[in-house]
Amino acid sequence: MATLVHRKTDWTGIVLAVVLTLVIVFPLIVVGTWAFTNVWRYPSVIPQEFGLRFWYQTLARADVWTSITTSLTLATTVTGISALICLPAAYAFARMDFPGRDILFFSFLAGHAFPKFGLLVAIAGIFLQLNLIGTFWGVVLIQLVGTLLFMIWIPVAAFQSVDRRMEEAARDVGAGPFRVFWSITLPQAGPTIAAAVLLSFVGTFYETEGAWLIGAPQVRTLPVLMISFINNQPVIQYGAVLSVLLWVPSFIALMFARRVVNSGSFARGFGG
Amino acid sequence: MSVLKIKDVSKIFANGTVRAVDNFSLDVADGELVCLLGPSGSGKSTLLRMVGGFERPTSGLMIINGEDITHVPPEKRPTGMVFQSHALWTHMNVFKNLAFGLKLRKVAPDEIKRRVEGVLDLVGLGGYGTRHVAQLSGGQQQRVALARSLVLEPKILLLDEPFASLDQHLRERLREEVRDIQQRLKITTLFVTHGQDEALSMADRIVVMRDGKTEQIDRPDIVYREPQTPFVAGFIGTMNLIEGTVSNGIFSKAGYSTPLPVSDGPAILAVRPEALDLTVANDNAQGKVHRVTDYGTHGLVDLELLDSTRVKAMVSHPDLFRAGQGVRLAPKAIAAYRDNAVIHRA
Ligand SMILES: Nc1ncnc2c1ncn2[C@@H]1O[C@H](COP(=O)(O)OP(=O)(O)OP(=O)(O)O)[C@@H](O)[C@H]1O
Ligand SMILES: [Mg+2]
Repeated sequence: MATLVHRKTDWTGIVLAVVLTLVIVFPLIVVGTWAFTNVWRYPSVIPQEFGLRFWYQTLARADVWTSITTSLTLATTVTGISALICLPAAYAFARMDFPGRDILFFSFLAGHAFPKFGLLVAIAGIFLQLNLIGTFWGVVLIQLVGTLLFMIWIPVAAFQSVDRRMEEAARDVGAGPFRVFWSITLPQAGPTIAAAVLLSFVGTFYETEGAWLIGAPQVRTLPVLMISFINNQPVIQYGAVLSVLLWVPSFIALMFARRVVNSGSFARGFGG
Repeated sequence: MSVLKIKDVSKIFANGTVRAVDNFSLDVADGELVCLLGPSGSGKSTLLRMVGGFERPTSGLMIINGEDITHVPPEKRPTGMVFQSHALWTHMNVFKNLAFGLKLRKVAPDEIKRRVEGVLDLVGLGGYGTRHVAQLSGGQQQRVALARSLVLEPKILLLDEPFASLDQHLRERLREEVRDIQQRLKITTLFVTHGQDEALSMADRIVVMRDGKTEQIDRPDIVYREPQTPFVAGFIGTMNLIEGTVSNGIFSKAGYSTPLPVSDGPAILAVRPEALDLTVANDNAQGKVHRVTDYGTHGLVDLELLDSTRVKAMVSHPDLFRAGQGVRLAPKAIAAYRDNAVIHRA
């Protein structure tokens, strides 16, 4: 049957693929190429000289290494604290009924529905009085706000989709409420929550507005450093090398996400 | 001795309008299997969940082995529940599902292994320990769910329509298996179902529920033969319920009449199809054949009284009857109800 049907050329699909390639892959290739280029002068289509010169130069700089450490420490700290605060809150939202629940829940979304910069400036004003400007914990606080959406909404969906009967069955065989949460609810919601944690880690790693406004110049994350490179030194390769470095967490995140999505547990987390 | 004592238990849900269980009392004896039978929404699950500790009674007492457990949380009750949707933990394999409760009780690992394997054998799933829940068929999943409760040797086993999602054939087989296991272990069991076959074939006693209240508590054969209310009569098996009036010892309804030695007034006449003989009658017919169905071993005649009241009769020779034919009715066994109670049985 299938052999008789002549496959029609799927023009929509082809156009879509081409556009996606141009928009997403092409810039990545250009940046990637720049990062490994020693000399590339107009009007040549390909670089005159490939090489790792700018990698050596970039990685030889102390401020690059400091900012990599800063970024990793920040992202880990923010994600950790966010998980500690948000996961129990998400569980409460998913499973308990308390006054103001809906309004509070919605406010997390509302916080993201407006331009963030104004909010950030207002917060910066407060931080100035609290002497938090230019400190590590100031940046942690501001970035924490940015993770709330992912770390509440996604886990709420995950917890809500855990079968109540499974939890009751665990109570039935003798597990107390905390044991049920630890041994049943958390593992059931686990893959989806892992995705939220990952998103929040990557999001924090790339976050620039808050980090720049509150942290600079004392606390400089990798993206903030990259921006200052681009602004101060018109050498494309520096920026290119740094952005290739910045891809690393994305790749790790994507690999992990693929595993989670493939296992089907992600879809199950969303009630799929 | 009664193992489980439910005393005047009511459950009103938070919104305050639904009386899911209404002043319900029941004593269950040691080793007895009691079926809670009733239509959807009659409060069966709510009652069972109160015994398991998942819902709190609004009023009344729950006593197990003489101990008041009304306010004891589920994890501290000697009850084991099997849910309709099996509720197995999908992130654990079969062995771990069964071992979880034993681990919480700090049973030694080799003892856990021994008991889990013993119970898996009992439910016919020996060697399935390493399987994941998703790799089991619906019937196997339900067996594992049963095993998960049994392995903890609960005093009372609670089953809430455990086979509802399975096909007819499998349901009948599992029903027998559960009954066998239950009798072998002599485990006191409360079984919720809205299938009368299930209740009639398994139960030592049946509790027929309606709107959160008890309609009748009796042995299956009694519930079938001597239903206490028109509701039970209509719910268990097939029953013709004919609403008419009695005057001077004669029950009549639209051209049909039969002696009924009770006082004057309204009455409901109850006749099983198998207890209703039909004869073909051209003159003074009491009803008209509407449809004849031949089941091979017997036939079923749907007929209409003169005012179109539907009546069913079971006949041994369906080929004697044709649609449109006039018939006369001769009930061999009747019951009569008035004000929701039996007033006559013959
Ligand atoms: N959590 C709840 N909140 C409010 N009302 C409820 C709740 N649980 C059950 N009810 C109501 O209580 C009544 C009895 O429900 P229950 O589930 O006990 O019926 P059931 O006999 O088990 O029915 P079924 O055969 O459909 O399972 C129903 O009217 C139902 O809507
Ligand atoms: Mg129910």
